[in-house]
Amino acid sequence: MIRVQREDFDVGIELERLAAGNHRIGGVASFIGLVRDIGGSDQVSALTLEHYPGMTEKRLAEIETEAHRRWPLDAVLMIHRYGRLEPGDRIVFVATASPHREAALAACHFLIDWLKTEAPFWKSEETPAGERWVEARAQDDAARERWSPRPEANPHAAR
Amino acid sequence: MRLLYFAWLRARIGCAEEEVALPSEVRDVAGLLDWLRTRGSGYSEALRDLRIVRVAVNQDYVGPEHPLREGDEVALFPPVTGG
Repeated sequence: MIRVQREDFDVGIELERLAAGNHRIGGVASFIGLVRDIGGSDQVSALTLEHYPGMTEKRLAEIETEAHRRWPLDAVLMIHRYGRLEPGDRIVFVATASPHREAALAACHFLIDWLKTEAPFWKSEETPAGERWVEARAQDDAARERWSPRPEANPHAAR
Repeated sequence: MRLLYFAWLRARIGCAEEEVALPSEVRDVAGLLDWLRTRGSGYSEALRDLRIVRVAVNQDYVGPEHPLREGDEVALFPPVTGG
């Protein structure tokens, strides 16, 4: 299940719902992404997340389908927030449920790695020097490649 | 054709979306990017380094050789930074 929303979410409630009533599930894994107060070497007082409504949901649904294709999963939940967030706020939540822990843990890791390089979200940070757009990190591409080697270093470059 | 711009591409170009009538010689994404760069300094500045421009047609990532059709929704944006 995919949710793209401005408002916060309750981690406990979401995790409980994910496995409720399904006693095949033996393991639930989750990842929570939070707003940090440092960007590079600068203090960050807030960030604003912008996204591409429609494409965001489409890409997340495709990533979810890919996780189901790779692992035996009983449930997947991805929540991503947008709008203005402050340090300590939750940005993203990924949770997976499976009969066994290996699949739940691996799928959760896969989902956050792919989400970070595929889902059309952009962050802009508020710093003492002003507002600036966060740049994509090469480590994120590398993390994605771990799950799916591609011949091109940069599969989405326009040229 | 509907064009959408996000993040710093939107800021540099100066609008979030626009309807354009493509010149007949523009047939693919590479041609669109070349044509857009002739439309003013905001465009040429935003599209100066295409290694940091991503293109989606009808909400799927595409490369420079992807053909364009009347009625396509084309989005230009920087590498994504969510999560």
